[in-house]
Amino acid sequence: MASLIACPHCGRRPKEEFTIKGAALVRPEPEADADTWFDHVYLRDNPRGRYAEFWHHTSGCRRWLVVTRDTATHELEETRDAALWRRETAR
Amino acid sequence: MRYSALSILKNGLFGNKGWKPAWRTPAPKPHYDVVIVGGGGHGLATAYYLAKEFGITNVAVVEKGYVGSGNVGRNTTIIRSNYLLPGNNPFYELSMKLWEGLEQDFNFNAMVSQRGVLNLFHSDAQRDAYTRRGNAMQLHGVDADLLDREAVRAMVPFLDFDNARFPIQGGLLQKRGGTVRHDAVAWGYARGADMRGVDILQNCEVTGIRQSQGRVLGVETTRGFIACNKLALAAAGNSSRVAEMAGLKLPMESHVLQAFVSEGLKPFIDGVVTFGAGHFYVSQSDKGGLVFGGDIDGYNSYAQRGNLATVEHVAEAGKAMIPALSRIRVLRSWGGVMDMSMDGSPVIDRTPIDNLYLNAGWCYGGFKATPASGFCFAHLLARDAPQATATAFRLDRFKRGYLIDEKGQGAQPNLH
Ligand SMILES: Cc1cc2nc3c(=O)[nH]c(=O)nc-3n(C[C@H](O)[C@H](O)[C@H](O)COP(=O)(O)OP(=O)(O)OC[C@H]3O[C@@H](n4cnc5c(N)ncnc54)[C@H](O)[C@@H]3O)c2cc1C
Ligand SMILES: [Zn+2]
Repeated sequence: MASLIACPHCGRRPKEEFTIKGAALVRPEPEADADTWFDHVYLRDNPRGRYAEFWHHTSGCRRWLVVTRDTATHELEETRDAALWRRETAR
Repeated sequence: MRYSALSILKNGLFGNKGWKPAWRTPAPKPHYDVVIVGGGGHGLATAYYLAKEFGITNVAVVEKGYVGSGNVGRNTTIIRSNYLLPGNNPFYELSMKLWEGLEQDFNFNAMVSQRGVLNLFHSDAQRDAYTRRGNAMQLHGVDADLLDREAVRAMVPFLDFDNARFPIQGGLLQKRGGTVRHDAVAWGYARGADMRGVDILQNCEVTGIRQSQGRVLGVETTRGFIACNKLALAAAGNSSRVAEMAGLKLPMESHVLQAFVSEGLKPFIDGVVTFGAGHFYVSQSDKGGLVFGGDIDGYNSYAQRGNLATVEHVAEAGKAMIPALSRIRVLRSWGGVMDMSMDGSPVIDRTPIDNLYLNAGWCYGGFKATPASGFCFAHLLARDAPQATATAFRLDRFKRGYLIDEKGQGAQPNLH
C-alpha cells in the first residue's frame, strides 16, 4: 500500500497518521431484528479485491473517512469523507 | 522408509542414492471419503490423525500451491499453552502435549525445542493480569512461573530494564513453551499421512463446491471434479473465500502479519521473549538469525506482504525492549494472510451444511495449535462429535453470545 494516503481535507499524509476501523458498513436501524444486528456486528464479506473501509485521520483533521482499495494488490482507489459517503449510500 | 540413525548410516554408505521422496505425487481419484481443502499444517495434521488415529485413509488433501507455501511456512514458529480462558487453555495444552511426543510419533525431526516463552510486564496492573493468567494456567495443570525483575535480569540481562516509560518489572515464564521448525511440521505430517494412504494433491486449487439438496457432493478443482462424502475446510487466510463457494459468510476477516529475520549472530537470546508494552517478540533461530515480529498491519489484505509503517513500528518496539538491536541488520521480511476471527479464537465445527466441516479463525497463533487442531478436527470428522478440549470452538458462538475473547477486545479483528 502507498505510504502516503490522500485525505480529502489534508492532502497526502503519512499512513501512520490514520487509524483503521474496518469494513465500511451502514449501521442497521436500532429496532432491526437480532439477525440483522448479528450480521452487522460479526459477519464479513471479506472480499479479495475491491473493499471499502472506515479510516480515522487521527493525527490530522480527525475526520472519519471511507478508503476504497484493493485487498489483493493494495492499490488505493479513492478516499472520501465518511459523512459524504453516508449521504450517498443512504440514497 | 523409517528414518533412523541406521537408515542414515546405510544410505551414507551407498552414496545417499537410496532416499525416496517423502510423499507420492498421485493423480486425483474420482472419489474420497474425506476431502480436506488446504495443505497447510492444519489440513495435513487432520489427514494424518484421520488415518492414524481414526482409521480413515481414503482421504485427499487438496492444496492450491505446494505443501508449506501458506502460513505453516511463514510463521515465527512459537509454541506455548499460556492461555487464560477455559475454552482455550485445555486445547492448547493438548497441543503442547502432542508437540512433546510428535517427533517420535511421526518419525520426523521437527526440531521441537522447549526453550521457554517469557512475557514481560511493565506495571503493577500488568503484573496482576499476568499473575491471574499464571494462576489460571496452573489450575489447568499447565506450568507457569512468575519471575521478578532480578530473575528476568538473570535470564536476559540485555533488556532495557530502566526504560523511562516501560520499566521491566518481571515476567511470566512458560518453560515448556518454545519453538519448532515450521516446514518440518508440514513435511512430517505430509509424509506420515501419505504413508498411511492419504493422497496429497498439490497445485490443485478448489474453485467451487458442488452441492445438491443441502449436501456437498464434491469440489470443482483446477484438476477436475473430485467427489467426497465429507468436505473439510482448512484454508486458513482464505477461509472466507472457500466458505463463500458453499454460500457461507464467516465471522472473519483476512489480515496481513509480517515477520523478520536478522543476519546470523552468535548465541544471544536463548528463549522467546515478548514485550509487554508494545508489539514485539523475538527468538533466535538455530542458524543464528533473530526471528521477530509484532502485530498485524491492521487492514484487510490477501497480499502476503505488508506496509513499511508496520516495519518501522516493530523496529521501534524492538529497540525499546533491547537497545542493542539498533546495531542489527535485517535480512528478510515477509507477510502471511491471517484468518482473523471476530473474537480472536478459532472455529472447529460443523456448518449449517450437513457434510461440510470448518477449521478456521486461527489468527496469528495457529501454528502452536497445529497438532491439536488436526487431532480435534479429525475427531469431529470421524465421530461427528467434538473432541473434549475443543467443545467451545463453535461457529454459532457469536450468535449465542459465547465469545472466547482472550483479550476482551470486542468484535474487531484488528485489535486481537
Ligand atoms: C508472519 C507470521 C507469524 C506467525 N507466527 C506464529 C507463531 O509464532 N506461533 C503460532 O502459533 N502461530 C503463528 N502464526 C500463525 C500460523 O502460521 C497460522 O495460524 C497457521 O499456520 C494456519 O494454519 P495452516 O498451517 O493450516 O495454514 P496455511 O499453511 O496457510 O494453510 C492453508 C492452505 O490452504 C491453501 N488454500 C487456500 N485456498 C485454497 C483453495 N481454494 N484450494 C486449495 N487450497 C487452498 C493455501 O494455499 C494454504 O497452503 C504466524 C503467522 C504469520 C503469517
Ligand atoms: Zn485529514
